[in-house]
Amino acid sequence: MKKNIAKDNGKLLSGICFALIIGFWCVATYGGLVSDLFLPSPTEVARKIVDMAKDGSLWANCWESTARVLVGWIWSVIVALPVGMLMANSRKFCAFIQPIIEFARYLPVVALVPLTLLYLGIDETQKYTIIFLGTFFQLVLMVCDTVSGVDQNMINAAKTLGSSKWQIYKEVIFPAALPGLMDDFRLTIGWAWTYLVVAEMVAASNGLGYMILKSQRYLATDTIFAGLILIGLIGLITDWIFRILTRIVAPWQERLGDKK
Amino acid sequence: MDGKIKLQVRDLSKIYEDNGREVVALKDVNLEVKESEFVMIVGPSGCGKTSLINIIGGLDTASSGEVLLDGKAVNRPGADRGMVFQGYSLFPWLSVQKNVEFGLKMKKVPAAERAEHARKYIRLVGLEGFEDALPRQLSGGMKQRVAIARTLANEPEVLLMDEPFGALDAQTRVVMQELLADISRRTGTTILFITHDIDEAVLLGERIYVMSRRPGTVRDAITVDIPGERDHNSLVLPEFLETKKKIMDMLWQESQDAALDK
Repeated sequence: MKKNIAKDNGKLLSGICFALIIGFWCVATYGGLVSDLFLPSPTEVARKIVDMAKDGSLWANCWESTARVLVGWIWSVIVALPVGMLMANSRKFCAFIQPIIEFARYLPVVALVPLTLLYLGIDETQKYTIIFLGTFFQLVLMVCDTVSGVDQNMINAAKTLGSSKWQIYKEVIFPAALPGLMDDFRLTIGWAWTYLVVAEMVAASNGLGYMILKSQRYLATDTIFAGLILIGLIGLITDWIFRILTRIVAPWQERLGDKK
Repeated sequence: MDGKIKLQVRDLSKIYEDNGREVVALKDVNLEVKESEFVMIVGPSGCGKTSLINIIGGLDTASSGEVLLDGKAVNRPGADRGMVFQGYSLFPWLSVQKNVEFGLKMKKVPAAERAEHARKYIRLVGLEGFEDALPRQLSGGMKQRVAIARTLANEPEVLLMDEPFGALDAQTRVVMQELLADISRRTGTTILFITHDIDEAVLLGERIYVMSRRPGTVRDAITVDIPGERDHNSLVLPEFLETKKKIMDMLWQESQDAALDK
């Protein structure tokens, strides 16, 4: 019972937070406190979104951007997962690869954009690469950290139960690390959106980032806000999907909030 | 008891480096466990008993000396030496049933056979009805029952136990000790059990190795002679108290020496 009340309270509070922000927005715009050019009113932004939905550009742009994020980020997961797991379990491999990853992690991805354009041109591969570069080096270290945190007792138990090295990876380390890995994935896919906008602002002819950049040229602030809200909404939905997925793949996990 | 020797530790030493300083954790440890025997190792904390059992289990390596199982040297972990740890070390994503099946799955035993076999051991530790429960739904004592069933289901040559009841409350501990004494009687499993609790050592052990600290070595071996089946009633028998007194004196001498730094 207690738990339910806490949960409902949580939802209520999130609702209040959103309502407050929208409230301020209404006061600022309908009250004429801020010029339309800087901050369009909620009605204008809503009308813009409806227009875009009608002419189909909304779905096209959202889809283009989401697809880019997914491809770039999935590649980063596919490579980061084994590399990170190996780093956590092999001191030699870690010593070999960690310096370069730490180094690359501090390179601002924006500064790499000219090179990616030079090497890869302006096609989709270049966008995937930007997203990959932006998320991969962080994700490797996060995976390594999460996997290193797996309880050594469990690994020892598996060893004395006759597990081979591969079985320990597959049957113990991976499932034990899974909830933590899902969190890592959830965080990095958020960053992937940041790098997507970077990629689309430089050389693209569609996508939400491109839409925002183009609108700036025409001072179409309503479109900019529509783009921002759409990215935010997609982010919220992604987060929500990840939370559900985590509950599906690791239903055994005890969260702080689950305690009676 | 003059069965054949199952497990033997010969001249085992463990030296490790701590900030460039050599620390001798174990020095010339010699001990043996006969088939179906229940042997205890008791010693003060810091005497290296956990290092010792980890080396026997293959989780740690010795600096010199060897561990022989059925006369053959062993130096890596294997299903022949099952271990139960103080931390429950259950796999939280697996049900009780699947936890107990784990070792058999590693050996690629067919699923149906595996399930049947695991159920037998779940019954042995008194957990029928909890097959589908997850570890987090169990109490500490029940978790340790699962851990014992999981290790026994693998049918190890020797069961190694590292203070398995150390984290349990006093009442649960006695219940678990009785359960283990009963399992030992019924299955004839060879057991090497480590503890710092003298009562536990005397209650369970047929023989007790008393360890001294720094460097950890076997100080004495005692044969326990308590009549009847071991259970909580044994705790007040004169034979029990006599043996307990003997070990207490040894360990007291130990701590005196330690306090005075030899």
